[in-house]
Amino acid sequence: MSSLVTLGLLPLLGAIVVAVLPSNNVLRIKQAALASTILTGIFGLYIATQFVANETALQFVQKNQWIPSFSINFSVGVDGLALVLIVMSVVLTPIVVLAGWNESEGGRWSAKVFYILILVLETMMIGVFAATDVFLFYVIFEAMLIPVYFLIGGYGTGERAAAAVKFLLYSLFGGLLMLASIIGIYVVSSNAGYASFDITELAELHTIMSPTTQNLLFLGFFIAFAIKAPLWPLHTWLPDAAKAGTPGTSVLLLGVLDKVGTFGMIRFCITIFPDASKTFTPVIIVLSVISILYGAFLAIGARDLKRLIAYTSISHFGFITMGIFAMTTQGHSGAALYMFNHGFSTAALFIVGGWMISRRGSSTIADFGGLQRVTPVMAWMFFIAGMSSLALPGLSSFVSEFLVLVGTYTRYPVAAIIATFGIVLAALYILIPVQRALHGPTTPGNENLPDLNLREKIAIAPVVAVIVAFGFYPSPLLNIINPAAAHVIESAGFTDPAPTEIAGK
Amino acid sequence: MTFTAPVLEYALLAPMLIVLGGAIVGVLIEAFARSSVRASAQLFVSVTAIVMALAQLVRVRNQGSTTPAMATLTFDGAGVLLQGTVLIIALLSIFLISDQDNFTAAAAAVPGSQEEREAHQARVRTTEVFPLTLFAVAGMMLFPVASDLITLFVALEVLSLPLYLMAGLSRYRRMASQEAALKYFLLGAFSSAFFLFGAAFLYGYSSSLTFAGIQAAVTGGAGNDVFLLIGIAFVSVGLLFKVGAFPFHAWSPDVYQGSPTAITAFMAAATKVAAFGAILRIFYVSFANAQWQWRPSLVVIAIVTMIFGSLVAIAQKDVKRMLAYSSIAHAGFLLAGVIALSKPGLDATIFYLLAYGIATVGAFAIVTLIRDSAGEVTDLNRWSGLGKRSPIVAGTFAFFLLAFAGIPMTSGFIGKFSIFSAAYQTGSLAILIAGVLSSAIAAFFYIRVIVLMFFKDPVEDGTSVVIPSALTTITISLSAVVTLVLGIFPAPVINFIQTTAIFLR
Repeated sequence: MSSLVTLGLLPLLGAIVVAVLPSNNVLRIKQAALASTILTGIFGLYIATQFVANETALQFVQKNQWIPSFSINFSVGVDGLALVLIVMSVVLTPIVVLAGWNESEGGRWSAKVFYILILVLETMMIGVFAATDVFLFYVIFEAMLIPVYFLIGGYGTGERAAAAVKFLLYSLFGGLLMLASIIGIYVVSSNAGYASFDITELAELHTIMSPTTQNLLFLGFFIAFAIKAPLWPLHTWLPDAAKAGTPGTSVLLLGVLDKVGTFGMIRFCITIFPDASKTFTPVIIVLSVISILYGAFLAIGARDLKRLIAYTSISHFGFITMGIFAMTTQGHSGAALYMFNHGFSTAALFIVGGWMISRRGSSTIADFGGLQRVTPVMAWMFFIAGMSSLALPGLSSFVSEFLVLVGTYTRYPVAAIIATFGIVLAALYILIPVQRALHGPTTPGNENLPDLNLREKIAIAPVVAVIVAFGFYPSPLLNIINPAAAHVIESAGFTDPAPTEIAGK
Repeated sequence: MTFTAPVLEYALLAPMLIVLGGAIVGVLIEAFARSSVRASAQLFVSVTAIVMALAQLVRVRNQGSTTPAMATLTFDGAGVLLQGTVLIIALLSIFLISDQDNFTAAAAAVPGSQEEREAHQARVRTTEVFPLTLFAVAGMMLFPVASDLITLFVALEVLSLPLYLMAGLSRYRRMASQEAALKYFLLGAFSSAFFLFGAAFLYGYSSSLTFAGIQAAVTGGAGNDVFLLIGIAFVSVGLLFKVGAFPFHAWSPDVYQGSPTAITAFMAAATKVAAFGAILRIFYVSFANAQWQWRPSLVVIAIVTMIFGSLVAIAQKDVKRMLAYSSIAHAGFLLAGVIALSKPGLDATIFYLLAYGIATVGAFAIVTLIRDSAGEVTDLNRWSGLGKRSPIVAGTFAFFLLAFAGIPMTSGFIGKFSIFSAAYQTGSLAILIAGVLSSAIAAFFYIRVIVLMFFKDPVEDGTSVVIPSALTTITISLSAVVTLVLGIFPAPVINFIQTTAIFLR
């Protein structure tokens, strides 16, 4: 059994353990859930150390027949990109469990159900990044909607049911379009004599597809991923879902699940349909730039803390998509790194924001004020998270944003220049809430807010550590990501534009 | 004049004969047994007959023959699979039917009359529903193996007449039940007439009543094409009526709603299997070479059926009506398999029938559990908060709905994938797109019910979930397990269908 499969089974095992524990012993359930997520996290890090960085082929591969009549296999494996995302997921999950220690209470159902959903979701998160069979990927891609749906609808706040339904319907619609494309792939490949869902075999498929077929199938995949990621104008579900969900759910939703969209664009759109990707690149770059600016403007205008974070994410996903479709190695490396960093900076914002909200009992930014004096540790943590979100040099997001912009500039200078305004706007949308919430006079009602306790400090410490450490020293990550990024670009038939200015002088 | 005695292959006819024998024993029990033992004796006889028939079917599954009863029947792999599916569904439904609370004590009495009240007060137990079910099952087994038009018509009547009666047996809401029975009977009689009319034209065209003879005439192409077209059209009307395809669906919502729910379950699942079996045989065997004449109109019917069923289902406020419209949409999906007119299409349709049939029985079985003092509660608004009251029942129902919606890890998804890929493989892109769109629409109303059950607060109006009888529990849990297993490990069943499903000509 590949160690990837073991990794995926660990949380599921945890879910079974939680399921058999007595429902009334909430503390024991939480401990069991935390233990199994930590165990998964440690094992995930161990796998990362076993990964051979310079290898472009998939590693930890396992392939079993699943439905042979349709040439469907249970096949898993990772390249650098998938590995980084899996590590991000398994590190974030225990943090989410620890940070939101009391999130499971006050939901529609018991704490037990909450942790079962979280653990099942973790298994699916690992599976979705590890799947190298398109069919398997799709199955997990769709199935993971269900636990998220119940997490938002069952444990969220406010208009949680409506938000959950909106999320589910949007995602299902995209998923069904993707299903049509998957059926298309199956039919095209079986008409060519080798029915297959294997990602490496499908990489050859574009040579026999007509441009029209390729474009249509590409769109099926791309729209599904653009809903997931989400890209303007398919983003409207995200702010509602992020606001309604518990902070922990929102971390997993924005930090991990939405990455499935951008991951899918690289893994499936570009690898299987390189020509169609090329055709649609101008449109997608334009949409990305719009997302960057649109998300930023809405974030500036946001009055609600959670919605603000959601809008910043829309802007960030614009950067990631732009980096991907710039089709340069730097752009791809930057986008991959961005996915990782965005996971952690959003996690930090949501976790600290969640603590602020639960202490204050309100998520309106105007209700905070002067937290720097009342709760200095919490305020500093929010500040660092915010700085990471605006990509302050020295924090990890800076490296990725820089790479994305440089990578885009070599091919699409205009887009890159316009996107750079996104950075200026980012300073606004982060500094305004920082100023309103943390500084200034203490708003009445905030005088006695407690500062972070030990559990919360332990939970946030690794996130901040990651943000700072990879800001100064990103090369361990880049060493893993770069070969994978270069491989995708190369096998899709793109070459980096030569730096002409230097050659001219 | 010499008379040659027909040669009958009793071993191959035995499954049907056993069921008919069981039905006759049931009639005798009804006439002679004491009323205290009647119900259990009937249940025993019915279950024994079905199980024995199933066992015999398994024993002779590989003995194909085109002349088990002269040329009137064809016993082949596809026939075995369809008969087996009918028997499995019948077995699951019999368990539901055995819950006698839902059936009237005196079916022949005028609704609301003194006679009826007396019968109820005297706790009269009539159990005619068991032999009626067995007669219908025998008809349904005959329907997909009949290979001449007369036998097909006889089978159609044998399966329909008991169903007309059974629709009127409901204990509660007698008027609605009688209305359902009458409506079903009148419209059914019309459709039978259409069928006969078409059969006459086909005879005029080919001067043969056997499928093989019609096939020969179609292949030869010597006859009058107008006769052929009229024949195909009217025979199709008769058959499409039975599966509830648009525009021949008008009976199904009223009949589904008015009939006792156990009967609805049986009717919705088993009739579809039998009728699609017959449609598959006649179109694949007799009309295959005339596909340019009928395929375009069948494509239109399929597309309209899918979209109509899904759209109208959104507006339904009654759970049984909603399931009726959803079954119309599924008839459209199943027609996609008929249109494919290929081996994958045949396999996919049979798999879909099995998967859909079992999930349908399970879903209706759960409807029988939600009651108040006046019988079952089918008003969806009163299902609010069911998840709080009875999480397991609501969860199982939600699971069946997800299977209908075709979410991965349910049998519905594998069915949808295989049937649409078969349709697309033979060039019906329109079917694929319509199928995906209507699945997206359908997801909306399935999810609406899930929201209602889980995310709305319960209404206190006497609606309660009764504790299911042991047999109902078996039906529900078996249906759920099969739906799950066919979603996760469908390979053995798919392989079996693939190697078994052939039409002998």
